[in-house]
Amino acid sequence: MSENKEIEVMQSVYDKNDEVASKINLSLTKRGIYAVNVMGSPGAGKTSTLIQIIKRLESITPYVIEGDIESDFDTKTLLSLGVRTIQINTGGACHLDSPLIGKAVDDLNLEKGILFIENIGNLVCPAEFMIGEHAKMLISTVTEGSDKPYKYPLAFEKADIIILNKCDLLPYVDFDESFFMKGVRALNKTAPVIKVSCKTGEGFDEVMLWISEKAKS
Amino acid sequence: MHEYPITKRIIEISQEHANKYNAKEVKQINLVVGDYSGYVASSIELYFGIIAEGTLCENAKLNIKRIKPMLKCNECDMLFERKPFSFECPSCGGQGSPTKIGHEFYIESIEI
Repeated sequence: MSENKEIEVMQSVYDKNDEVASKINLSLTKRGIYAVNVMGSPGAGKTSTLIQIIKRLESITPYVIEGDIESDFDTKTLLSLGVRTIQINTGGACHLDSPLIGKAVDDLNLEKGILFIENIGNLVCPAEFMIGEHAKMLISTVTEGSDKPYKYPLAFEKADIIILNKCDLLPYVDFDESFFMKGVRALNKTAPVIKVSCKTGEGFDEVMLWISEKAKS
Repeated sequence: MHEYPITKRIIEISQEHANKYNAKEVKQINLVVGDYSGYVASSIELYFGIIAEGTLCENAKLNIKRIKPMLKCNECDMLFERKPFSFECPSCGGQGSPTKIGHEFYIESIEI
């Protein structure tokens, strides 16, 4: 048997996804769209958060891409509020990837505004794949517990803004805020952490300051 | 489950490089996978056997070098592996920040 010949490759296996993501990002930027990748576990209140934000947007046009393994409940809710929304069903896949978004972005025919891409409810894989976004928004909740940054570090590390939802339930749950913040800050020094309640609307004024600042630029 | 498309990509990249050298087969693929890349080495191995069938990589041995994630202490700059539920530096007790070590996911080389 002849000897093996080693060929250096040094190529990232994410290359295709990242290449497509960069193209999407560029095309969105050109069209005046600021894209936000919305991540969080199932039931964290991703759609509820979007509704609270969209209600307050005033002069900025919102668009939504809804990612779900199955169903179109969230899309129906958003469409009923008059929001241009497109549904992606991954049929089992645990995250959205850039080729899926590329097609949805073309179908939505976007111009100037803010695009929210609601990722699959999952704290693991969505953080690993760029999908053309300008920022990652992580929705965490007091009901999930304060250990989440320690258990799912990548999602917290990559987030550009962290929304801590369901804060109206703080009196009823054992959420250790200082332990949570210690973990968040070890992983991520810059992302604002904003306490909100989708139920009461509390905290969203601060979220809107962040959004309008970003959508402007 | 998302190892399936990524394993397919590993095979594609290996074949592209093997084709440049007109290789008849890929004998080994040396892959580097950080534990924070989100990919499970054993799942990649599982899919590899199925997807590689009928390709230049059919009989290739997949060598996976796993990299343990390292944090860097904000106080003393020491690189360390984290313990569960903590980001604390074992040397000085400071908090560690994530580094790129442990996020790797690339093909280092192939052997033909």
